[in-house]
Amino acid sequence: MTAQQVLFYLFGAFAIVSALGMVLNVRNTVAAALSLVVTMIALAGIYVLLEAHLVAAIQVMVYGGAIVVLFLFVVMLLNLRSDAFAPGRGRLQKLAGALLGIALLAQIVRSSVALPEAPPVPPGFGGYRQLGIALYTDYVLLVEIASLLLTAAIVGALILAKRKID
Amino acid sequence: MIPLDHVILLSAILFGIGVVGVVTRRNLIVVLMSIELMLNAVNLAFVGFNRLWPGQPGQNALDGQVFVLMVITVAAAEVAVGLGIVISMFRNRDSVDIEEVSLLKW
Repeated sequence: MTAQQVLFYLFGAFAIVSALGMVLNVRNTVAAALSLVVTMIALAGIYVLLEAHLVAAIQVMVYGGAIVVLFLFVVMLLNLRSDAFAPGRGRLQKLAGALLGIALLAQIVRSSVALPEAPPVPPGFGGYRQLGIALYTDYVLLVEIASLLLTAAIVGALILAKRKID
Repeated sequence: MIPLDHVILLSAILFGIGVVGVVTRRNLIVVLMSIELMLNAVNLAFVGFNRLWPGQPGQNALDGQVFVLMVITVAAAEVAVGLGIVISMFRNRDSVDIEEVSLLKW
């Protein structure tokens, strides 16, 4: 097993364990958000191993930085009482949810085929230069739509979180 | 070399965990986090398949990674609006329990 494979399985185990920790942690929402950070950083490590360097950097900055900080900010702002998350749903619903997840997973695993070995990457693959060229030539319309979407999201979040519209 | 089957398998496992979180949890904030987890699982699949077809030298095929960037953008917008909804719900109901807002459920 090469060093890359060891790192991949290590990051994968981290991602799965912390994702389970996030979903199964019923008491503490702050701890759940911190588990989400661990998952995001582990996925960024896997992106580096898959030669997606710019995507890994953006994953750390946007997910590990901005989005999870937003979650933590809201959790702490709301000052939730501990009984606000106490007993989960009924036992039957929990069982049904777990069964649904396992069935979905089994279906995906069953339908997956053996993938061939990954070919060697061309020079500059996944770097900011090649990705920037792709974004601003083939996908320039997508970038424009993303800017519109972000503007709408800013305005929408402000309107929703405002105390009173007057 | 990383086995890409296992990358896709990891993606499927993370997506399954996210589905379980959305279906079983009552706290609206944790439900939003689980949705983020599912989006991340899809991103991992995108990056893995992009690694399988990286294109020719001098003509990289980076479509998968471009889509990952777009998914991250949409996720950021979704989180901003979703947490705005959480705040306004907490203001009106004094709780973030999703059973409190089941008015549209049949």
